[in-house]
Amino acid sequence: MNVVVLVKYVPDPQGTPELDDAFLVVREGTEGALDPGDEYAVEAGLRLVETHGGEVTLLTMGPETASAALRKGLSMGAHAGVHVVDPALRGSDALATARVLAAAVRRRPFDLVLAGVESTDGSTGTVPMTVAQLLELPSATFARALSVEDGVLRIERPTDLGFDVVEAPLPALATVTGSAPEPRYPTLKGIMQAKQKPVERLALADLGLSAEALAPTQRVVGLTRAQERAAGEVIQAGEDTAKRIVDLLAEAKVL
Amino acid sequence: MTSREIDPLDYLEVDRLLTDEERAIRDAVREFVRERILPSIGEWFETSEFPRDVAKGLADLGLLGMHLTGYECAGANAVSYGLACLELEAGDSGFRSFVSVQGSLCMFPIWKFGSEEQKQRYLPAMARGEIIGCFGLTEPDVGSDPARMRTSARRDGPDWVLSGTKMWITNGGIADLAVVWARTDDGVRGFLVPTDTPGFSTHDIHRKLSLRASVTSELVLDEVRLPEDAVLPGVVGMKGPLSCLTEARYGIVWGSMGAARACFEAALEYAKTRVQWGRPIAGFQLTQEKLATMATEINKGLLLALHLGRMKDEGRLRPQHVSMGKLNNVREALGIAREARSILGASGITLEYPVIRHMNNLESVLTYEGTNEIHTLIVGEALTGMRAYE
Ligand SMILES: Cc1cc2nc3c(=O)[nH]c(=O)nc-3n(C[C@H](O)[C@H](O)[C@H](O)COP(=O)(O)OP(=O)(O)OC[C@H]3O[C@@H](n4cnc5c(N)ncnc54)[C@H](O)[C@@H]3O)c2cc1C
Repeated sequence: MNVVVLVKYVPDPQGTPELDDAFLVVREGTEGALDPGDEYAVEAGLRLVETHGGEVTLLTMGPETASAALRKGLSMGAHAGVHVVDPALRGSDALATARVLAAAVRRRPFDLVLAGVESTDGSTGTVPMTVAQLLELPSATFARALSVEDGVLRIERPTDLGFDVVEAPLPALATVTGSAPEPRYPTLKGIMQAKQKPVERLALADLGLSAEALAPTQRVVGLTRAQERAAGEVIQAGEDTAKRIVDLLAEAKVL
Repeated sequence: MTSREIDPLDYLEVDRLLTDEERAIRDAVREFVRERILPSIGEWFETSEFPRDVAKGLADLGLLGMHLTGYECAGANAVSYGLACLELEAGDSGFRSFVSVQGSLCMFPIWKFGSEEQKQRYLPAMARGEIIGCFGLTEPDVGSDPARMRTSARRDGPDWVLSGTKMWITNGGIADLAVVWARTDDGVRGFLVPTDTPGFSTHDIHRKLSLRASVTSELVLDEVRLPEDAVLPGVVGMKGPLSCLTEARYGIVWGSMGAARACFEAALEYAKTRVQWGRPIAGFQLTQEKLATMATEINKGLLLALHLGRMKDEGRLRPQHVSMGKLNNVREALGIAREARSILGASGITLEYPVIRHMNNLESVLTYEGTNEIHTLIVGEALTGMRAYE
């Protein structure tokens, strides 16, 4: 079974991404990593091929530095990587990204496409489903557990009350949450083998796509910082304690 | 381009001198230490416990014998091995000691001097952590001068019979296999002694105040009878054990800087948040002098370690080079740990912070694998051509 995992290289996932004047995330010259959310999808893919045989191919679109995300996934055990890199892709929005990824997935036979739920930098959470749509695949979202039997993908999707079991025939796409099995550590051998694994580099022309067709259809026009959390108020026990608490709850529109 | 600010934890951008692969190995070990060692190390140190499941984790990661090739070993370069030692020792010297003993003191001599049959039998299982090794050279009455060892091996028909006592042996009480050095009629030779062989026993050393999360033991060999093929065929004489020590000492050149870095990090963080006289103590000149000196020595030590690592990968590294590295880096690491301890004030004496634990551990590191004094005299001998230690 052939699994394609969509992976993204994001600037320092623990830190705050830097934005340029056009509100685009600065990707060059910053330290980054494979998006931690995507590691769950890589793990899920590796487990599936360990059971069923086959290969995990990682697919990323991003600048030169994004090859680090591929290397990380390859050192975890993925078999091959595909890196779509083209200067024309700078500033792509979610739709353009999905078009590129879909075109790259389509080039080879595959059974399953996996992705994280959302990236830790852009966080639109739309790319995987758009890819599914473009490839005309069923999408099984928010999986915490995945299995495949007789050509059918089955996932568990946590809900407020418990979980749903969702099935879809292969080929399909699934997004994997952080409550799926923990990603494995890359071992030393994995790290050392990673550099011998094949990584294919593709430009837009290789995908039959033109820069014009990928012009962004949305852009970020403004940015407001989240309000800093104000210092709490300590209410001393006294006569009007209860009244003060009720007032506060009313202010917070809880009452 | 963003303007680069100084990174207090990589002041000289030594990171840039590493390859992607070396960085990836470093990061993998660092993550392991952060997740599996740091949360409990204070407790293990206090209760004097070596957690076996962590040892298994180190094996699964591929760290045991990582710088050897073949026989399921990763075949990493010397710099990667050094970086792994550094990150492990930033956790605790006990785990670096474990990896040094297993990989450099036990697997290395089998890999280098063993028969093909010995290699097949032991190395893959040792890489997987299924067989734990220990290295018996030091004795109650011989430390710095191991050539005068008393432990002996004599022939009895086709067999070997070993008698003697080894002392201060890391992993002794938990080992499945002891690499024991003993004098024979031909000179010193190495023996592979399964620890369940009749006549072999161990006694752990208690009441240590250093390397508490590591097992240190006495080995007693009372007429231990071994088959002919228990001897390492490839070496006779002190160059056998000494070549192992050169390997392990090389790891200490890096490892000690890991302990130093952990102390520096703790001290820097503490100094920036501890307020006295109405401001952080990091703002006082004397504290800054301490921090600046610590950072300078760590960066120098790292560059020295990296230089020796590149020399090792080029096949140019000599034992005398390693002596200079061990001498400098352990001495400086211990100095850094002590300075860090002073910055933390009273907090510095507790196991809530890593500092006094590293400080105590480094006292062992200063002594084992050749004392500070002996390495000084080896450098002295290399400089003058005159041997001052015997
Ligand atoms: C925690 C721990 C783990 C250890 N693990 C192992 C192990 O796994 N395997 C193993 O074989 N050994 C091990 N050792 C032993 C260690 O290698 C020895 O302690 C070390 O070689 C020093 O020997 P010694 O303690 O007998 O000191 P001594 O040799 O007695 O030295 C005492 C002091 O005299 C100084 N001195 C000695 N000779 C001279 C000289 N010529 N000129 C100037 N000064 C001199 C020394 O530098 C030192 O300061 C371990 C030790 C410790 C503490």
